[in-house]
Amino acid sequence: MLLEAKQLTSVRGDRTLFSGLDLFVNSGELWQIEGPNGAGKSSLLRILAGLLPAQHGHVYFSGELIQNHLEQYYQHLLFIGHKAAVKPELTAIENLEFYAAVQGVELHEPPYEILAKVGLVGLEDIPAQRLSAGQQRRIALARLWLSNAKLWILDEPFTALDVDGIALLHSRFAEHLLAGGAIILTSHQELITPLYSVQALQLRYQH
Amino acid sequence: MLKANSVSQWAVVKQLIRRDLRVASRQRSDLLNPLIFLLIVVSLFPLGVGPGPDILGRIAPGVIWVSALLSSMLGLERLFRDDFRDGALEQMLLLPVPVEISVFAKILVHWLLTAVPVLLITPLLALLLNLPLQAWGVLWLTLLLGTPVLSAAGAIGVALTVSLNKGGALLSLLLLPLLIPLLIFATAAVEAAVAGISPAGPLALIGAFMVISLTLAPFAVKAGLRVSVN
Repeated sequence: MLLEAKQLTSVRGDRTLFSGLDLFVNSGELWQIEGPNGAGKSSLLRILAGLLPAQHGHVYFSGELIQNHLEQYYQHLLFIGHKAAVKPELTAIENLEFYAAVQGVELHEPPYEILAKVGLVGLEDIPAQRLSAGQQRRIALARLWLSNAKLWILDEPFTALDVDGIALLHSRFAEHLLAGGAIILTSHQELITPLYSVQALQLRYQH
Repeated sequence: MLKANSVSQWAVVKQLIRRDLRVASRQRSDLLNPLIFLLIVVSLFPLGVGPGPDILGRIAPGVIWVSALLSSMLGLERLFRDDFRDGALEQMLLLPVPVEISVFAKILVHWLLTAVPVLLITPLLALLLNLPLQAWGVLWLTLLLGTPVLSAAGAIGVALTVSLNKGGALLSLLLLPLLIPLLIFATAAVEAAVAGISPAGPLALIGAFMVISLTLAPFAVKAGLRVSVN
């Protein structure tokens, strides 16, 4: 068992988003969190990533409570949220080199190949602020090729991506799952792909 | 826990510092504005209170310190504001090192970028206000020891207000009262030097402020950031 969440309850303001929620994620599994806007999908992802405290319940990674081992947990976790976390003043290459270095991935040469893969050829040396939203998103997602984290938590990874971009992500997901990784993501579109199977967790809007 | 390729904490801190310096080098106006503000405010005083050297020399320590405090408020928000907007702050909390260490690196970079230029133009400010020569060194020392307190205490304020839309004004209201002791002891040290008395007492106190704020602020900042990113 890679990640276990037991009896999670999240309350934002006066509203209970979910209560008594269990989630068990094994290596090689992709979990899609589904639900309408405001159902607590992002909150759940943030709780699993240790960014947001849950009102009740605990999250375990390889059997250990994440709060007690946050730094070790983060060596195995790649979290990409709503915001791309791409510094607009820096070029795509500089952004990627930073994330590679802090994740302990050694680059022997600038990651041109990865940028080419995500379709940013010729845009490597332009400050990210001059790129479009979709292109900035692609820089953020290029981190998926630079990461050897076991667990990926991705909030709406398909937003602002075109058809080619989506297909590319699917194939990268399949690679990661095959290598024994796990993915938890939210998405409003159904994931239709022959490359891997999808487990679904449905969140309901609670009043 | 599973084994992973471990990253040394020092390597992460080095990368954070390098990135922040690089970002800063591409938005220089942000750094220059507080410095020009400081210079203008200080040069307004001779025009406002008259160019009499006695009066100017007497109010110089207070004027320089108050202006330095106000100008530091101008640039303080950029400590976490941009990182908050683009999501880099969230990623900083997810780095495989203790958050306190990353926060310390941010404070250090902020000090390098905002306080070191002030330290460089201090002789010019002292000259503009006709501060007696024997007090220049002490003024410089009070700024050297006091500016890290501004950066560290400022980081706490910014961490708490970064998610608010109109955080800027609130930030000054929150921080300036806390910095009054620093102002009192800093001007006391410079005035002592002007009067020819040893400034060691107030200087030692400012040094103590610096040590305390640099060691404790990262913990408070971490707590503030955890609230602000959610």
